[in-house]
Amino acid sequence: MALITFTKRGIYCKQGDFYVDPWWPVDYAVTTHGHSDHVRFGNKHYLCHTLTKPIIKRRISEDLNVETLNYGESIVRNGVNISFYPAGHIIGSAQVRLEYKGEICVISGDYKIEDDGISDVFEPVKCHSFVSESTFGLPVYKWQKQDVVFDKIKNWVGDNINQQKTSILIAYSLGKAQRLIKNLAGDVPIYVHNSIANLNEVIIKSGVNLPETIRITPDITKDELQKGIVIVPPAMRDSRWIKTLSHPVTGICSGWMQVRAHRRWQSADAGFALSDHADWPGLMEAIKATEAEKVYVTHGFTAAFSRFLNDSGIEAEEVMTKFGQEDDEENKVDMDATEDRNVETINQSV
Amino acid sequence: MKLFAKLIQQLELSNKTNDKITALVDYFNCADDRDKIWVIALFTGKKPKRPIKSTLLKYWAIDITQTPEWLFSESYANVGDLSETIALLLPPAENTSDFRLHKWIEDLHDLQGKDDETKKEFILNAWNKLETQERFIFNKLISGNFRIGVSNKMLVNALAKQSSLDSAQVMHSIMGKWDPYEITFGELINGNHVNTDNSWPYPFCLAYPLEQETEKLGDISDWQAEWKWDGIRGQIVKRNGELFIWSRGEELVTEQFPELHFLVDVLPDGVVIDGEILAIKDKKVLSFSTLQQRLNRKTITKKQLEDAPIGFFVYDILEFETKDYRAYSLAERRKILEKLIGDLDESVVILSPVINCKSWEELAELRQTARELNSEGIMLKKLSSHYHSGRKRGDWWKWKINPYTVDAVMIYAQKGSGRRANFFTDYTFAVRDGEKLVTIAKAYSGLTDKEIKEVNSFVNKNSIEKFGPVRTVKPELVFEIAFEGIAESKRHKAGLALRFPRILRWRKDKKADDINTLEDLRELLASTM
Repeated sequence: MALITFTKRGIYCKQGDFYVDPWWPVDYAVTTHGHSDHVRFGNKHYLCHTLTKPIIKRRISEDLNVETLNYGESIVRNGVNISFYPAGHIIGSAQVRLEYKGEICVISGDYKIEDDGISDVFEPVKCHSFVSESTFGLPVYKWQKQDVVFDKIKNWVGDNINQQKTSILIAYSLGKAQRLIKNLAGDVPIYVHNSIANLNEVIIKSGVNLPETIRITPDITKDELQKGIVIVPPAMRDSRWIKTLSHPVTGICSGWMQVRAHRRWQSADAGFALSDHADWPGLMEAIKATEAEKVYVTHGFTAAFSRFLNDSGIEAEEVMTKFGQEDDEENKVDMDATEDRNVETINQSV
Repeated sequence: MKLFAKLIQQLELSNKTNDKITALVDYFNCADDRDKIWVIALFTGKKPKRPIKSTLLKYWAIDITQTPEWLFSESYANVGDLSETIALLLPPAENTSDFRLHKWIEDLHDLQGKDDETKKEFILNAWNKLETQERFIFNKLISGNFRIGVSNKMLVNALAKQSSLDSAQVMHSIMGKWDPYEITFGELINGNHVNTDNSWPYPFCLAYPLEQETEKLGDISDWQAEWKWDGIRGQIVKRNGELFIWSRGEELVTEQFPELHFLVDVLPDGVVIDGEILAIKDKKVLSFSTLQQRLNRKTITKKQLEDAPIGFFVYDILEFETKDYRAYSLAERRKILEKLIGDLDESVVILSPVINCKSWEELAELRQTARELNSEGIMLKKLSSHYHSGRKRGDWWKWKINPYTVDAVMIYAQKGSGRRANFFTDYTFAVRDGEKLVTIAKAYSGLTDKEIKEVNSFVNKNSIEKFGPVRTVKPELVFEIAFEGIAESKRHKAGLALRFPRILRWRKDKKADDINTLEDLRELLASTM
């Protein structure tokens, strides 16, 4: 029988009696990474990567009961061998490899192929069955190298500073924010919103080398902010605070910014196609490298992507999950936003 | 082309009019004059002739990228634009090109009449030396319109600023008849062509909807009130023995309306009048649906002329005895107009009547009877007002009667295109017919972005079936639909069609049981016949 089944609580391994990234409370939850659509409150036990532990404790609750593994390490649960491999998505993100009586299944969570300079680089794992996301599973989504994108962002910031505008980058507080910080640091000071600063603290504490940033407080003047880069989470986008800055201009960093329609929908001043998800060639490369006989396609362009895989001779099946509706990033944004909003209320003074 | 690509990118990056004008001025300051001509042409809808069908572009892109056709369609559905889909699908270019915009347009023009193989070779070669953004523009030059939120007015303001000319004059110049292959930038901007061209119309003076109490407009005796007619706004130009009819869409529609051709014999030279093309019988205005039978037809049959006779209600005079009268007051212009049109004594070209009222209350009461005349409300024009170019707040107001409304339930949803390509924004609505639901309208505007996201999420969770891009959804969400008129229709299952339906508001307080019935609409239809 198959190693995993897709239930209404989430991806379930019957042989080992545990779930991977469940969306309803269970006894034992294996967690691929710290984004809120993959890890929820209420599980009795969590198993995650060492770097993910402080993140979920910070984001969900200090009282969580968490076990950890490093990449390459494994534990056995009811005879099922569980090990973690880098997924390259965000800090601490892991592909979960399950092995039972010679049968291997890999649940990749969210992943990307390109080295982002801050997450451990994606490592293909050979397996019989592979669970893949398909957030950008259409051939129009092909990323430029991140250096090219970061040069664009730096030029934009430079122009803004010269024109007396304040550069505000909108980024998830977990993942995208740290990637921006790592790759943009050096030229001008980077100012971050509380929710990002809080996460940075725990990330640095766990030994990750993250460049220095400045937490935004009421003491920092508008002039100082104008000469730097301001990074805030999506929930802050339309906040009153941004409107008080001197000539604020917003830039959104997301894979969706590849397409004009999305750029215009977001009505930001600038859009940079920078994603923590694999692009079309990346998805294809990753899947081929696993040599999997069966691919389960979750959130994203599931129908198109699985049809293409089947037509290419790779057996694929579309799976409904709660990791986001079809081509609907909004769910994820909103969940992250709720968290960030709480942070915002605590720090109303900013 | 790189400069133009940068301009497009800048125009798309900002929502602010000032930023857009700055980007345009910057462009006009440094671009090649021959390129500028084309930018003005493209932005005002003067497209070069299509040398290649867009389906061919699609198949060539499919061919070189080895993309299955269905996957191309899926991608197109997500991107919402064919030119862009192709630009994104193609592999990175191996070469670069310094060709300027006009050079590309001329080369494309030269492809006319060549065989498909030659065309294909040219296109593939071009794709291979253009970056993604340039490719997108290149494809647009062949296949589509540039819809990037640059209004004529914005363009004119930028040109006026860059050339230090008066904006009304520039508007004149670019609105006239000119050929981008023939004219130079200097000639166009200075309006050399418009002086020799008999046809040129003036920019229409437009009104804003009235949002305040009429009492705040001051004394009613300072105002001229007219019925607001629901037809095709037009300008009739008679100069040097020639007659031209322009629609507000800046299109020449002279040929479509033979009933008005007699004016060439009766109007003096050097006259421009502003008014409304309407379906008219015995000096009475007929419904818009009657007029519709006459629109956008290449040939007109005798039957159509009989069934839907048209006429012209005259509002204003802009030129008389070759003199521009727009800076005269409305009161003075009206006097000239009354003399001119009154002397014609015609049954198809009629002065739009002035409504004489002693008080705002009296006018408000009369306004309620507008529908009986097939009018959509009242126009208020200050007697001292000039004939402005475009929309200007304060002198002219449109005071429309409230639209008809119906409560209906959403039963189908479809994704939008362009900016809204990834959200369900086009909805089909139904009313109750006994136990059944019957569709009555499709509408796609009137909701805020936030509401659209909410509806989108509902559709994602409550889809019943999928027919291509259309989802059937649980009939739960009730909307108040506003519309301007109702007509019998054999095409629609309901047997009637609503005119200009749009979403007025989302009735979260109502359930599907509370919606209107088909019988309600039939009664309304009967009452308007």
